[in-house]
Amino acid sequence: MAAQIIESGTQAFNAVDVDPITLDLIENGLVNAREQMDAILFRTAMSPIIREQRDGFPVLTDREGRLHAGQFGSPVQGFLSLYDGSVEDGDVFLTSDPYACDGAVSHVNDWLVCMPVFYRGRVVNWSAMFGHQTDIGGKTPASMPVDSTDYYQEGIIIPPVKIISRGELQEDLLKLILHNCRIPEWNGADFNAIVAACRTGRNRCIEMCERFGVDVFTSALDSLLQRNHASMKKLIRDTVPEEKVHFEDYICDDALGMGPYRIACDMWREGDRMIFDFSGTDPQSIGCVNFLLSEQMFKMFCAQFMINMFDPDVLLNDGFFPLMEVRIPEGSLLKPIKPAALNGRTHAMGRIFDIISGLFGKSNPDYLCAAGFSSSPHFMFSGYDSGNKWFLLMQIGFGGVPGKPFGDGLDGHSLWPKFKNIPNEFLEAYFPIRVDRFESIADSGGAGLHRGGNGVRLEYCCLVAGTVSIHDDRWFTHPWGVKGGRPGARSSKVLVRADGSREVLAAKKDGIAVQPGDRIIFDTWGGGGWGDPLQRDLAAVQYDLESGLLTEAGAREYGVVVDEQLQIDKPATEKLRASMAAERGECELFDFGGDVQQLRQRCQEETGLPAPRPPRFAEIGLAKLGLTPEHAFTQTNRSKR
Amino acid sequence: MSYRLGVDVGGTFTDLFLIDESSGAAVTAKVPSTPEDPSVGVLNGIAKVCRENNIAPGAVSHVMHGTTVATNAVLTGEGARVGLVVSRGYRQILHLARSWVPGGLGAWILFNKSRPMAPLKWTVEAQERIGADGEVVQPLDTESLRRELAVFGAAGVEAITVALFNAYTNGSHERLVRDIIQREFPHIAVSISSETVPELQEYERTITTVANSFVKPVVSRYIRNLQASLERQMGAVKLNILRSDGGLASADMAAEYPVNLLMSGPAGGVSGAVWIARQAGFEDIITFDMGGTSTDVALVQQGLAQVRRETTVGDVCVRASSVDVRTVGAGGGSIAHVPQLTKALRVGPKSAGAVPGPAAYNKGGELPTVTDANVALGYLPASARLGGDMQISREAACAAVQQIADAMGLPLMDAAEGIVRIVNENMFGALRLVSIEQGYDPRDFALMAFGGAGPLHANAVGKLLGSWPVIVPRGPGVLCASGDATTRVRDEASRTYIKLFAAIDSAELHSLLDELHQRAAATLDADGIARSEQQVSYQFDVRYAGQALEISVDFTLQELDSGGLAAIADKFDQLHEQFYTFKLDADKEIVNIRAIVEGKAAVVNASELERLPGDASRAVYAEENIYVNGSQSVAKIYDRGKLCSGDRIAGAAIVTEMDSTTLILPDHAGEIDRIGNILIRPVE
Repeated sequence: MAAQIIESGTQAFNAVDVDPITLDLIENGLVNAREQMDAILFRTAMSPIIREQRDGFPVLTDREGRLHAGQFGSPVQGFLSLYDGSVEDGDVFLTSDPYACDGAVSHVNDWLVCMPVFYRGRVVNWSAMFGHQTDIGGKTPASMPVDSTDYYQEGIIIPPVKIISRGELQEDLLKLILHNCRIPEWNGADFNAIVAACRTGRNRCIEMCERFGVDVFTSALDSLLQRNHASMKKLIRDTVPEEKVHFEDYICDDALGMGPYRIACDMWREGDRMIFDFSGTDPQSIGCVNFLLSEQMFKMFCAQFMINMFDPDVLLNDGFFPLMEVRIPEGSLLKPIKPAALNGRTHAMGRIFDIISGLFGKSNPDYLCAAGFSSSPHFMFSGYDSGNKWFLLMQIGFGGVPGKPFGDGLDGHSLWPKFKNIPNEFLEAYFPIRVDRFESIADSGGAGLHRGGNGVRLEYCCLVAGTVSIHDDRWFTHPWGVKGGRPGARSSKVLVRADGSREVLAAKKDGIAVQPGDRIIFDTWGGGGWGDPLQRDLAAVQYDLESGLLTEAGAREYGVVVDEQLQIDKPATEKLRASMAAERGECELFDFGGDVQQLRQRCQEETGLPAPRPPRFAEIGLAKLGLTPEHAFTQTNRSKR
Repeated sequence: MSYRLGVDVGGTFTDLFLIDESSGAAVTAKVPSTPEDPSVGVLNGIAKVCRENNIAPGAVSHVMHGTTVATNAVLTGEGARVGLVVSRGYRQILHLARSWVPGGLGAWILFNKSRPMAPLKWTVEAQERIGADGEVVQPLDTESLRRELAVFGAAGVEAITVALFNAYTNGSHERLVRDIIQREFPHIAVSISSETVPELQEYERTITTVANSFVKPVVSRYIRNLQASLERQMGAVKLNILRSDGGLASADMAAEYPVNLLMSGPAGGVSGAVWIARQAGFEDIITFDMGGTSTDVALVQQGLAQVRRETTVGDVCVRASSVDVRTVGAGGGSIAHVPQLTKALRVGPKSAGAVPGPAAYNKGGELPTVTDANVALGYLPASARLGGDMQISREAACAAVQQIADAMGLPLMDAAEGIVRIVNENMFGALRLVSIEQGYDPRDFALMAFGGAGPLHANAVGKLLGSWPVIVPRGPGVLCASGDATTRVRDEASRTYIKLFAAIDSAELHSLLDELHQRAAATLDADGIARSEQQVSYQFDVRYAGQALEISVDFTLQELDSGGLAAIADKFDQLHEQFYTFKLDADKEIVNIRAIVEGKAAVVNASELERLPGDASRAVYAEENIYVNGSQSVAKIYDRGKLCSGDRIAGAAIVTEMDSTTLILPDHAGEIDRIGNILIRPVE
């Protein structure tokens, strides 16, 4: 099965020499086009999740579908190989099925639009973008039911379809799709916005063909791939050791009371090539926390991490792809078999960043960062407002950025590019809710020479009766610290009823019925600390104390003693630091805050929630991986990592 | 006879630009700046320009001034000690901001944020709450507020900002808090967000108001002092300050809302560049103002610079209109380095600043800067005295650049040229931001270079961009002063007015627009500008109901009266389609309405340069060995003051003047035009 591209033009593209400035101009033109696509999406979309939080990602590729501008890998090759039909000038394709585009989108809420760019009858580029739709139907508002066991329960699934055929919108098709969504006007406007953004990308590409000539333009695209290949090759040779490094981390639970789930990866270099092998990752879940990890996306994540760490001036495209090989066993949590549920994939997706951080940090300890805000906790609130109009609020939260070699982690910031918080005044103006507190939580960042960022506390007060859903993680395992840095505080959610009674909420939970005056205190987690807290600059500690970012008790973690005015007592501090250093001895490279066994034992007492049971994995996953059900016990009863 | 005077205060020189309003003739003067009290330099300059041209100081009716006082306060963090009062639960509003990390995936690894403009330790929470509908959810607890305020007294804060949640819907609590503060601290200036920028979005409103407070004491002190000094010497004189949006504001408004002045300096440069370019016959230019630590660029099409509804200085972004000037943190002082891992040559973002400065200045700097590379290459000869008193050491520059040469295993000169080429590429990147990235082809534009380092790099950057000619005007300070003097007085008044088109009452709208017109016009009235000289236009910020961002639609009252709101709706649809390729069949709503009133533009002619017999060799005073394109060559050094209209200088050549040095590359030639600009073009 593969797409048939119908081209009216026959002229071949000739390879020509491109001078370096023209090359830069074209490279910049592509980056610029991508930024314009973003700008158009954010300006014209209507759902807060896209227009305010910016959950939408553009891509421009060459005619083969190789990415030239974008951050999450190219969806086009997967589409081209899996789409069974023709591609003509003026066509626009839409899909939301992760299994039908090789994981280019990772849950059914993401709508992916792909548009071929024709110039003189031939395809020169593809312009594509996906955006997170707030609701696509299914059993719960916002379409992320935590108890789903296959992806058919998660809303309408759009297979790759030609939504616009030779310029003609297939209105009935769109009507069918929108009819399945709870807030069709958002989906409709956001779909328009995504198409408009793709058209802008297309127009910029056509302009470049006109301006430089199509031969120069297409040759430049090839040269850009080669240029990137060359610079990444050097970077890989210089920074990646040949010996294997191993790293693993966990998803805390699956919303069904089981966990944690292990994600494990080995990384090594063979000549110029890097290999990533995810063998040892747990089998797929029967619940919603599976993550169909696109190999392209993973390569892009790694390369982005490497250039940010080692040489931020390198511009990325697909050119380096042949230099990386990603092995993900089928049937594992990261390559589940269709129709495994996917809506809780945000946790594994985020955790991939901690894995990457750990792998590269282990191979280059000078560049090791702590664990950070590796997820996107969701808060959802729906019901009827005082005018009896149905509403749905969905918000993505942020937390502590990891401590890092270059400084402290930021308090309450996004680890994702472009993401911003929704202004609380906006929330209050449009939804029956009040946000009574928005602050970072003192002491929640892991102590360190460079401390982890603090997590965020949002205190929502519901003004009408309705239903709340939560997706969160890192409530059971800690965001780890490195090089002596301490782990960050974990997440927690507490429901305080109008009558004052309190209930600790599970990290992933649907159908929480609330009444007017009920409050949800939503605490996200802190970043891990980096380096020895006993060496932290006292002026920095003093600043944090005065600013309310650290308390007297928190200062003890740094071996710092303060008086009633929160001023540091230097002699007492020196003494305490010396005794703490002697007692502690050598710092370990990683501080996970205990192994899984220990975390289980302390769980109820520390979190107010029972420890998750060892997972019962999906049969199909076990079968594909050649494992027995007993695997669960061997995997999660490891005493030491 | 009446005169208007433009004044630009630079780090080294104060430049003046005096216009005879009846003839449009202009004269200039230059005097040393007096950093301890800039008004002294200004007065010296006025005395000089009047004396030299036989004009009585009393004949100067208007003084127009672009100032970087506000900008510098933000950039250096040396503004007022600002105390902030926020609502319960929002103490960290500036600290958390919008949770946004600039850059791409993984950019958090390198991102370190600066501390809030109003420190957390001087931020207090008022126990109160206003709801989104403007209703009082929790009345203000005045007792606890008074207790909390004590911290301001102990800290000695100099300005206080009140930015309460939802205050854009109801400012009563903010006013109550202000009353209490004024009773407790009668001598401290208080800004409240519902008056400074009554717009939805708590962070943006707070940072804008805090920025206003942060710069207010230093700006108002500066303006009042300058005004008093001017009046002592010249009697009644109107002082106008250039706003970030390129319009002029009265001294009082400027002192009250200095957040509108954050880009005053660059706006002056752009205005001056526009004016000089027009005199030289160019309407489409890209401005390139390269200084020691940063570079400002802007694009001007058909004599108009774009205006944005926000202003960004350093990492502070506020809601105030400004000329679309993009700033990159690279300049002559940027430090070159070689990361161990990649062995690539990088320049910046660290800068040697004024202290310790480049190694070549012998003021303690040891790290290799762009200036050092220029000195090592011979582009910046020791005879260029940089304002007359700075000694340049080629030896020290070479020693510094040698560090780069060693790290890369390159000969010294190649390393130096590498540094210059990289920084030129960075400049090219900044210039792309305003041209290629906005859909403009830089080859359709001339490049206007100024600033201390601009003329040194302009020829090379022009080559990268394909923008010809490269225009190097006389004296960068005069350029800004001329910009100050040649723009129009402007004020605007706006208010939030969220209404669906269908729900708008025409009579109410007209009366609101008239109210805004009167408010904006009052500023110009006070400036003595007759109503007949004033031009008014209106702006609606319109969006499809539910969208995030508005498009500003400009219109006149005649257009509204003849076409009604439907005409505005059509205009919006057209703009939406032009910007975003589609329009929607959705309800439209107005978000803000605005009246803009402008005075008349002055007609001013630049003074012409003499045409003398002979050729440019009369201005040659030395030669220098320079290294360019991988080989040694000899460049003649010209004294700019001796060049005449029509002279032609073949590259490689160096042209020096008191406050800038121009490099003309081999295979290029500079031509001196009628008004003294050097126009550099490639030689065919």
